[in-house]
Amino acid sequence: MTFGCARDIVERCGVPRFVFSDFPLGNPTGRPHDPDSQRAIVELGLDLLVSATGPGTTVVSPYEWNADHSWKKRVFTKAQPFLDPGATETWLARKERYRELRHEGKL
Amino acid sequence: MSHVRYIDKTRQYYKAEGYDRAYEWAHFDTIPFMPFAELGKPLAQCRVGLVSSGDVVRRDVERPPDDPRRLVYSLPADLPVDRFQSRKAAYDRYATTLEDVDSFLPLTHLHRLAAEGVIGGVAARFQVIASEYSQRKTLTIDAPEILRHMREDGVDVALLAAV
Repeated sequence: MTFGCARDIVERCGVPRFVFSDFPLGNPTGRPHDPDSQRAIVELGLDLLVSATGPGTTVVSPYEWNADHSWKKRVFTKAQPFLDPGATETWLARKERYRELRHEGKL
Repeated sequence: MSHVRYIDKTRQYYKAEGYDRAYEWAHFDTIPFMPFAELGKPLAQCRVGLVSSGDVVRRDVERPPDDPRRLVYSLPADLPVDRFQSRKAAYDRYATTLEDVDSFLPLTHLHRLAAEGVIGGVAARFQVIASEYSQRKTLTIDAPEILRHMREDGVDVALLAAV
């Protein structure tokens, strides 16, 4: 059972069961500091575990992040770079290190 | 407004950053599926395992140096969630936070559901998997390791919270 917020990525991959929450990336099992939404989303997942009849089944959580959907337009734009400079540097260094480890036969 | 098309968005975003080669997202023509009934027991008797890609670490324990191999690791699932935090940078930091651990690692709720008899129990450990670009690593190294940990812990059903 997969909980996630990137519907297209998860469905492209193909998973047995998927609860999709139309939330910003980072909160697949509920809104922060909103235990009701968290519990409900987890329960959706447990229900789906039992009720799904075939692979690739998606259930959409009924919870809305908030009434303002503008975050959807702003994510992954120049105005809102996804990683800050420090995180970008770390990401690039990791990519390089992964290549080295592969080359050395360690991964 | 419909859901975000991250595949298109990230392709455009990284192309503008100078990366001409678009990432090939994972895709499987065949998806493994086991009907729940084949488990042969009700959910109320099932031990539930949990995997997170949220780069979760313990707040109260000195961390070992980062392992560049970024292998799967397990953490005890019986600690209160406020003993954990996420080090993940790859989330929508403008729209949300990772301060509330239950929003990506719902241990509090799983333990309550176990106490209420909805599920049989929570596995002794949860697993943390690094978000990787290498699908080969995920398939051949990380996923088998998660399976090994979960089999050791007697997990019946597995939840993946993809951060």
